[in-house]
Amino acid sequence: MYDAWIRVGRALRLSLLIALALLFLVPFYLLVRNGLSAEADITAPDWTFFPSTLHWSNVTELFEDSTVPMARALLNSALIAVLTTLGTLLLASLAGYGLARIPYRYAQHVFYAILGTLMIPAAVTFVPTFVLVSSLGWVSTLRGLIVPTLFSAFACFVFRQYFLGFPRELEDAARVDGLGYWRTYWRVVVPNTRPVFAAVGTIVFIGAWNSFLWPLVIGQDRQAWTVQVALASFTTSQVIRLHELFIAAAVSILPLLVVFLFLQRWIVAGVERSGIDE
Amino acid sequence: MSAVAEQKTAPHPETAAAPAGAGRWRRLAGPQNRNVWFWVFVGPFALGLLVFTYVPLGWSVYLSFFDAHNTVSPTEFVGLDNYTALLREEAFTDSLWTFAVFTAFIVPTTFVLSLSLALMVNRLRRAQAFFRSVFFLPAACSYVVAALIWKMSLFNGVRFGLANTVLGWFGAEQTAWLSTTDPPWYWLVIVTVRLWLQAGFYMILFLAALQRISPALYEAAAVDGARPGWQVLRHITLPQLRATSVAVVLLLVINAFQAFDEFYNLLSDARGYPPYARPPLVYLYYTALGQGQNLGYGSAGAVLLALIIAVVTVGQARWFGLGRKED
Repeated sequence: MYDAWIRVGRALRLSLLIALALLFLVPFYLLVRNGLSAEADITAPDWTFFPSTLHWSNVTELFEDSTVPMARALLNSALIAVLTTLGTLLLASLAGYGLARIPYRYAQHVFYAILGTLMIPAAVTFVPTFVLVSSLGWVSTLRGLIVPTLFSAFACFVFRQYFLGFPRELEDAARVDGLGYWRTYWRVVVPNTRPVFAAVGTIVFIGAWNSFLWPLVIGQDRQAWTVQVALASFTTSQVIRLHELFIAAAVSILPLLVVFLFLQRWIVAGVERSGIDE
Repeated sequence: MSAVAEQKTAPHPETAAAPAGAGRWRRLAGPQNRNVWFWVFVGPFALGLLVFTYVPLGWSVYLSFFDAHNTVSPTEFVGLDNYTALLREEAFTDSLWTFAVFTAFIVPTTFVLSLSLALMVNRLRRAQAFFRSVFFLPAACSYVVAALIWKMSLFNGVRFGLANTVLGWFGAEQTAWLSTTDPPWYWLVIVTVRLWLQAGFYMILFLAALQRISPALYEAAAVDGARPGWQVLRHITLPQLRATSVAVVLLLVINAFQAFDEFYNLLSDARGYPPYARPPLVYLYYTALGQGQNLGYGSAGAVLLALIIAVVTVGQARWFGLGRKED
C-alpha cells in the first residue's frame, strides 16, 4: 500500500518535471521556428508548429542587411567578451593571490574595501562612471566598453577563497627552491589551479557577452554596437522584420549555448565555490 | 597576521643603523619586500576599483549638490535642492513604487520555483543531469534575447502571439499584453521573463546546498519515525537550507533593484518608453542621460538609490541574522 503511494508520487513528480522542462524549452523553440520562417508564416493567423519550408536564406539576408551592422556587432561582442575575460582573470587572480598569501599589515582593510564594492550595485555607479568615461573621451571606443568592467570584486573574492584553500606545501617547496612570490605564482599556483580559472572565466565571458546597459550607454556609434545593442535597436525600430529579428537573436545565442553546454560543469563549480551561500 | 605585524613594527637593528632614507624605504617595503609584493599583486586591481567605482561614487555625491546640465564641472551649488525636488517628483516616487511591486512579485515566485525544481531534480535517480541542464540553459540567454521572444512572439498582442493563440483555442479574447494597464497584464510578461532566465541559476545554488546535507540526518529522522515527505522537508531539509535561502533572497532583491534590460526591451519602442512601469534604473537612464543630461539631478537619484539599497540589504541581513555562526 505504502509502496504504491511512493510509486504514484514518483510518477507525478516525473510528469511535473517533464511538463516544466517542455515549458522551459518553448522560448528556444519559438526562436528557431520564427528565425527559419518566412515573414508570412510568422504572422499567419493559423498557428503552425513548424514552418512549411525552412528559410535558411534568412541568415544570409541578416548579414546583408545594411541597416543593422550584425557582423560588426558580433565581432565587437566577441572582442569585448574575450578581452574582458582575459583581463578580469589576470587582474582578479593576482589580487586574490596577494590577498590570500602575502602577509601585509593592511591586507584585511584592502580586502574589505574590495568586498564592499559588491554591495554597491552597478545601478548606482553607472551615471558617474559614464561621466568619467566620457570625460576621458572613451565613448564609443572598445576601451570605454572594456576597461571599466575589468575590476570584478566577485572574481577577486572567488580567487581569494580558492587560493586560501590551496595546499601551502607546494608553494613552500617552491620557496625553498628560491622562487619569489611572482615566479611561485606563475610556475606553481596558476598551473595547479586551472579549474577555478575555467569557472570564473566562463561566468565572466557569459556576463560580458550578455551585458546590455553599459554597451547601450557607451556604444553610441553604430560602429561600437554589441550584439545585444544591435538586437535592441531591432526591437525598438519602427519597421520590424520579424524573421530577421529572430534569426539575429538565434545567431547571437548560438556561440553561448555551445560554450554553456560544454562548460556547464565549470559554471556549476564556480557558483558552488564562490561560497556566496555560506 | 599579528606575528608579521609585530615583526614589522619592532625596529630592526640594521635599520636603525642605516641612513634615514634607506631605513624608511626598508620599513615601507617590509620584511622580504612583502609590502612591495603585496601591492604588485593587488595594486592594479585596487587602483582600477578606486578609479572606476570609488571615484565615480564620490564624484556622484559631489555632483548631486550642484546644478549640472550637460556638464561634469558644475559651478552653481544648489545644496539639497536636487534631493528635495527628486522626492517631490512623482516620476521618481513612482519608480520606487514600481520596484516595490516588482520585488513583491519576482522574489517569492523565483524562490519557490527554484527551490521546488531543486527538490524535484535532487530526488531523481535518472536523467538528473538532463533536467538540470534544461532548467539551467536559459541562464545563457541575455535579457535582450528573452525580452525579444516574449515581446515579439510569446506575448505578442496580436493574433499570432503564442499566448493569444493558445487562449484563442479556448475562445478567449485577444489581449494586448504589454499595453494594457487595467488590469496591468504587463506585469505577467515582465515577471515571467525574469523567472525563466533566473530560476535555473538559483536551482543550482539550492541543489548544491541539498547535496551538502548529511544523509545521516535523514537516517536519524527515519529512526525517530518522521514520515518522509512534508515532515522531513519541514524539520530537516528547510532548516538545513537556511543559509542558502537567505543568500538567495538577498541576491534576488539586489538584482530586482537593478532591473533595466527587460523593462527597456519589452516596453520601449520607436515612440519611446510608456509612462508606466519605470523601475529606478530606467528612470535614471532617461533623466540623467536623456534629453538635457541633468547630471546633478541624476546623481542625486543615484545616491538616494544607493542609500535605499544599503538600508534594505543591511536591514535584511540583520533580520535574518546573516553572518551569525550559530549553525
